[in-house]
Amino acid sequence: MNPVTTVAPRERTAVTAPARPRSRRPRHRLWGLLPWVAPAALTIAFVFGYSLIDVFAQSLQYKGTWAGLDNFMIVVTDPLFRTAILHNAQLLLVVPVLIVIALGLAILLFETRRGMRGYRAALFFPYILPIPVVGVVFGVLLQLNGGLNQALRAVGLGGIAPDWLGDPNWALWTMAAIIVWKEVGFGIVLFLARLMSLSTEVYEAARLDGAGFFRLHRHITVPQLRGLILFYVINEAIVMVSWVFNYVYVMTNGQGGPGTSTVVSELYIYRSAFVDRSPELAAAAAVMLFAATLVLIIGFFRMQRPGEGAFDE
Amino acid sequence: MPSPRLGPVARHGILVLATVAALAPAYLMVSGSLKTQDQFLHSPWGLPTSFRLDAFRTALTDQFGRWFLNSATLTVGAVALTVLMAAMAAWGLVHYPFRGRDTVLAVTVSLMVVPPVVLLIPLFQMGANLGLISTFRLVILIYVGLMLPFSVYLLANFFRAIPTSLFEAAALDGAGPWLIFRRIVVPLSGAPIATLAVVNLLWVWNELLLALVFLQSDTKKTLMVGITGFQSRYSLDIPTVMAGMSLATLPLVIAYLFGQRYFIQGLTAGGIKGD
Repeated sequence: MNPVTTVAPRERTAVTAPARPRSRRPRHRLWGLLPWVAPAALTIAFVFGYSLIDVFAQSLQYKGTWAGLDNFMIVVTDPLFRTAILHNAQLLLVVPVLIVIALGLAILLFETRRGMRGYRAALFFPYILPIPVVGVVFGVLLQLNGGLNQALRAVGLGGIAPDWLGDPNWALWTMAAIIVWKEVGFGIVLFLARLMSLSTEVYEAARLDGAGFFRLHRHITVPQLRGLILFYVINEAIVMVSWVFNYVYVMTNGQGGPGTSTVVSELYIYRSAFVDRSPELAAAAAVMLFAATLVLIIGFFRMQRPGEGAFDE
Repeated sequence: MPSPRLGPVARHGILVLATVAALAPAYLMVSGSLKTQDQFLHSPWGLPTSFRLDAFRTALTDQFGRWFLNSATLTVGAVALTVLMAAMAAWGLVHYPFRGRDTVLAVTVSLMVVPPVVLLIPLFQMGANLGLISTFRLVILIYVGLMLPFSVYLLANFFRAIPTSLFEAAALDGAGPWLIFRRIVVPLSGAPIATLAVVNLLWVWNELLLALVFLQSDTKKTLMVGITGFQSRYSLDIPTVMAGMSLATLPLVIAYLFGQRYFIQGLTAGGIKGD
């Protein structure tokens, strides 16, 4: 972090010095760039560069000696790892549901206008809550005799009042629903911001032509929001593949239970490394998780058309 | 804009329902913290009949204060460093354009998607070898590293939109890059810097995985790690758990109320072209 403090005096003397010759050659300019980007570049190189190289190296070793793909073979044939992958895949199935809810609510807000700011603030609220808090509160809410089931029984739906988190058949889907509950506000805000910037003329013209609600939005809104929807899809896909650790850890006390019903790949890596103390297997699993994320992001860039992108110029 | 199929009543009905669903858990949390255990178990959704603060007292006499302070220290340190480093790097990239700069920026922003759990093992081993486990220094460094890709990207996009004529005029007056940065770039960038600070604050405050692994000693635990264990310790005292959760959420709610604009701008900035 030293460059921050060392750069200041040097640049300051340059300021007070009589005008420097204006003709800077490109090489000089690059030297000038260095102190500005060095702190960030070194930190990124340490956190990402070093770690990624090291995790690859470790995945190919066992206790310091070359092990080829043995670690990968062990991990891939481990039933628990397969279960974990399956669960991540099941969570991915929830992404379309998330898109439909977020888009639907954004369109409703867009068409309603009245009270939009209030609704938006409320619907976005879950997104800012800490996952540990969400996990604990839902843990209480979803107990067999918890708030939700009491409410269900009160309105005569006691027949469908399962043990949301305690029944292995329900636990993963309950968790998926909680993730949807928390993530949907992000999508709403994202879509709404773009909807508000669209010209209203197209909508008026389409209405005059007699287009109904679904046709209108299917043929006008969705195409205009395509890039943004794609961004949200990839964002949430990455959440489902590699950011669900917090939910699982908090709601199952780090176990992924009941049984193995909520074990996901991140938890598998965490437990391999820190509970079972086999970092090489954890490294192999981590490399595979990284590869999966990479495939998702490359797929995203492939599907993106020029000009509609989140990350392009 | 009336729509042909869905009347205003139906629309508001759906929106009210969604709002209730979004806020119900927060209501359960806050109202639960004011009830007794019995009241809570019998009617979790009822309004609290009295205004008891016992649960908050119990929660606060636990190590809550220390966790809170630890989280605050980490958050302030990591966010301040991130914003400073990101602003410098972004300004450097804008002020000294070079071939392949956009590629560098694209690769940097792609790092955002690397799952932290992938980086965890090497970082933990290195931390253990250097004796840096349960120190804030290492965790702050890692947090800063994880937040930098998005931060540099966001600020670079904004800095690029500042008219270059401003810089040229300042340079003609003899101002060097540092002076331009301090006197022109930073003052003009209040909104994006606030946005960045708010988004990063949210992230650090809520972070669990790294805090769990790197800050194991009791005196260094963060609020998120603390409340995760809180639940099992007070499993028979739900009001205290709820009071703890309310306290942990309070700073975010305050930040949200005052900076909703920045939250929304920051979180949508990745998806909407930064201009």
